[in-house]
Amino acid sequence: MQLLVIHQYLGTYLVFGAMLFGLGIYGLLARRTLIGMLIAAELLLAGVSINFMAFNRFLTPDPTVGQIFALFIMAVAAAEAAIGLSIVVAVYRRYRSVDSEDMVNLNG
Amino acid sequence: MIETPSLFSADGLVGLIFLFMIVVTFCGGLLAATADRLVRALSGLVICFTGVAGIYYFLNSPFMAMMQILIYVGAVCVTISFAIMLASPEQKQRRGTGSVLAGPIGFAVGALIFAGMSGLALTTNWQQFDKINEGSVKQIGHELLTTYSMVFELISLVLLIAIIGAVVIARGGRNQ
Repeated sequence: MQLLVIHQYLGTYLVFGAMLFGLGIYGLLARRTLIGMLIAAELLLAGVSINFMAFNRFLTPDPTVGQIFALFIMAVAAAEAAIGLSIVVAVYRRYRSVDSEDMVNLNG
Repeated sequence: MIETPSLFSADGLVGLIFLFMIVVTFCGGLLAATADRLVRALSGLVICFTGVAGIYYFLNSPFMAMMQILIYVGAVCVTISFAIMLASPEQKQRRGTGSVLAGPIGFAVGALIFAGMSGLALTTNWQQFDKINEGSVKQIGHELLTTYSMVFELISLVLLIAIIGAVVIARGGRNQ
């Protein structure tokens, strides 16, 4: 039952963060709607935060640094979500759609 | 090597809860990245963030776990759900030329990034250092108001500008 102690190894958290990051990249590339891409971007940020918190727990001499950095990531993510969603609402008003292929005004 | 506890001891139970959190987070993330309907993707995101909060608990930081629930589940996900209700009638899936390739290519890129990063994480020889403090909430507050006070002020300014900008952008073109 080696599985029961994997929470005491750094590698577990790093691999798991990488997995969330990969899922986020996949969602960001495969989604067609703007809101779906925004949800995928939140997944990316969650993976990155897990990485920071893992290094904070296992490696850094000062374990407040990683927590503060992850807190700032959360604040930036909240700002990004607010701006992004207001842009989505504005785009929907203009095009009656949130599909990323309908926004063609700047097409060459 | 750390000794493995028996399944029914307290340590074994902790390990089981960790495995459960990992599975919950992974399933939520999978749902958020692949679900057809946006509402389901959003529910997946909520599940995933709750699981991430549990993982923060295992990383010695109950403060960040609470913040994760409060900010992500309580604020960001609710905002996204409002945007879904305001702007996204469930439209039928249209297949353009781009979208046929987007799935496999996106999967390949995501899998490559995952493989590369986890390979690096597992083969690097990480150096450990002695802790100079224990990273409690009191020390986080102290650091925020001394060493990182400038960043703290700047992030509040960023949030203020984001709120004002969101209101201005969402208000524009209201009479169309």
